[in-house]
Amino acid sequence: MQPVAQDQSVIMRTEGVGKTFGSFVALKDITAEFRHGAITSIIGPNGAGKSTYFNVLSGAFAPSTGKILFEGRDVTGMAQHKFAHLGIAKSFQITNVFPLLTTHENIRVSLQALVSRFDIFRPRTRLSELDDEAEALLERVGLAGQRHRLAGSLAHGEQRALEVGMALASHPRLLLLDEPTAGMSPEETRTMMDLIVRLAQERTVILVEHKMKLVMGISDRLLVLHHGELLAEGTPDDIRRNELVKRVYLGQREH
Amino acid sequence: MANDLAFESSRQPSPLLEWATRHRVALASLFLLVFPLVMPFKALAIMILIYGLYALGFNLLFGYLGLLSFGHSALFGAGAYLCGIAIVHFGWPWYLAIGLGLVAGMAVALVIGALAIRTRGIYFAMVTMALSQCVYYLFYQAVDLTGGENGLRGVNLKLVNIAGFEVDFLNPLSRYYIVCGFVIAALWVLSRILASPFGAVIEAVRENEARARASGYDVTLVRLLTFVLSGAFCGLAGALLALHLSTVPIETMHYETSGLAVMMCLLGGMGTFFGPFIGAAIFLLLENLVSVWTSHWQLFVGLAFMACVLFFPRGIWGTVMDRMRA
Ligand SMILES: Nc1ncnc2c1ncn2[C@@H]1O[C@H](COP(=O)(O)OP(=O)(O)OP(=O)(O)O)[C@@H](O)[C@H]1O
Ligand SMILES: [Mg+2]
Repeated sequence: MQPVAQDQSVIMRTEGVGKTFGSFVALKDITAEFRHGAITSIIGPNGAGKSTYFNVLSGAFAPSTGKILFEGRDVTGMAQHKFAHLGIAKSFQITNVFPLLTTHENIRVSLQALVSRFDIFRPRTRLSELDDEAEALLERVGLAGQRHRLAGSLAHGEQRALEVGMALASHPRLLLLDEPTAGMSPEETRTMMDLIVRLAQERTVILVEHKMKLVMGISDRLLVLHHGELLAEGTPDDIRRNELVKRVYLGQREH
Repeated sequence: MANDLAFESSRQPSPLLEWATRHRVALASLFLLVFPLVMPFKALAIMILIYGLYALGFNLLFGYLGLLSFGHSALFGAGAYLCGIAIVHFGWPWYLAIGLGLVAGMAVALVIGALAIRTRGIYFAMVTMALSQCVYYLFYQAVDLTGGENGLRGVNLKLVNIAGFEVDFLNPLSRYYIVCGFVIAALWVLSRILASPFGAVIEAVRENEARARASGYDVTLVRLLTFVLSGAFCGLAGALLALHLSTVPIETMHYETSGLAVMMCLLGGMGTFFGPFIGAAIFLLLENLVSVWTSHWQLFVGLAFMACVLFFPRGIWGTVMDRMRA
């Protein structure tokens, strides 16, 4: 809440962010900035702490040390559900949909979070504008033909797309995606990357990925994590040339 | 839950089911209105109404939200006791006493809920059970008000004045229809809740808590509110029980009564609109019929329950609904 000297070009900032699980240090003193309107990718080998950092950024857990600022506002330790209302949305590394609701209902209930949460007596059909909005979002993520399918019965790639659709439902200014192409076929991966590039035209995107090659082409900036530390930061070219990064990724041939 | 997907991978709206869902309150009411005419034991029919309502309140939490509470006897019992106490000790009119029972159910739900709601799964079941035992103990100790071990006696109601008409509450059939009026109102309210925007939130939280949270829902508050709403139905059921029995046995608050709600709900079909009444009917009918010819009725009811869970994992009514969908 306190006014912080704010650089308009920075949407999110972390200052000395750390996270420990018991005695295990998963994240150490990360100070970084995410630029407004850019695609920033967080990369690093398995277990580097990417998801941990992602979870801190998306409010899933509070950092053990440090601060998080969103649009200049301190949001450290704020409850997860409030992040959606601030304008931060996310999709999980492991697919998270409402399996026994239809594709359409999945999007609809996500849209509803912004307009009606504790309305227990009036009929839901009153909010019919949400149906049209849900329809438009389904189209956006390429699921228009699947509106009556139960989300749990969709193919893996479709579920991931659905989750992106649900994240978009809160009209986020910042979209956080944790390995959105995990477990996808090359075909599905291409579709998803195209979608992300299109979405990034209207909002800031932070992408977590361990396959470096996949994000090099589309990212404006990259953060490289290794053993919970920020190893390097810069443009794709900076990162490509960085000796430390080369060494970390050496030997683990990329897909 | 996962094997549910085998039943239906798409939810193409089936016209019959849609029609039935739209008119679920009317259809359920019709059934309940006709029920005592085909049912020889009126007092048992009233018990089915009351326990059906109790199981319905439990089902809102268990079936729709996916939270297993083992403490619902405290909500049911609080409704029964407060209604009874208002009549016996304070001479309140019956309708206010029923209202008090309903509010008592909500109040106890709020307290138990606030303390237990952050725990998950089996821990939630254990914490709610422990807390309900505390409530049991409180009522057990307050002998002056509750009659302690002997239960609360003398909740007598002979004549009920409804809009200027005197109705004989001692006549089993008219008593059935008075109770039925409350049950139908409760069914209508439940249907409204399920069809409301909040009803969609309840389902979403059941389906995926983490996703619901990420979408912007305060899951803890959703749970607490649902628990309190569940308490309203159970409190009302308790109040009706006190009036029907003219006494409140201390067993009403016993944890076995909590288990009863679980059983009835599973028998009928968790997460179905009318399942709790089917479950209550089957359970109470079995109990009454079997106990006529053997004192080991619990054994047989238990076996029937196991068979039911094995062969109809979605409950009797749940299975019927699945058939309609297919
Ligand atoms: N809740 C937790 N409790 C204990 N340790 C954890 C927890 N979450 C993560 N860790 C540990 O923290 C380290 C970083 O995990 P994290 O999930 O952030 O890695 P990652 O970079 O996302 O890896 P991946 O590419 O496999 O997704 C790992 O060693 C992991 O075992
Ligand atoms: Mg990860």
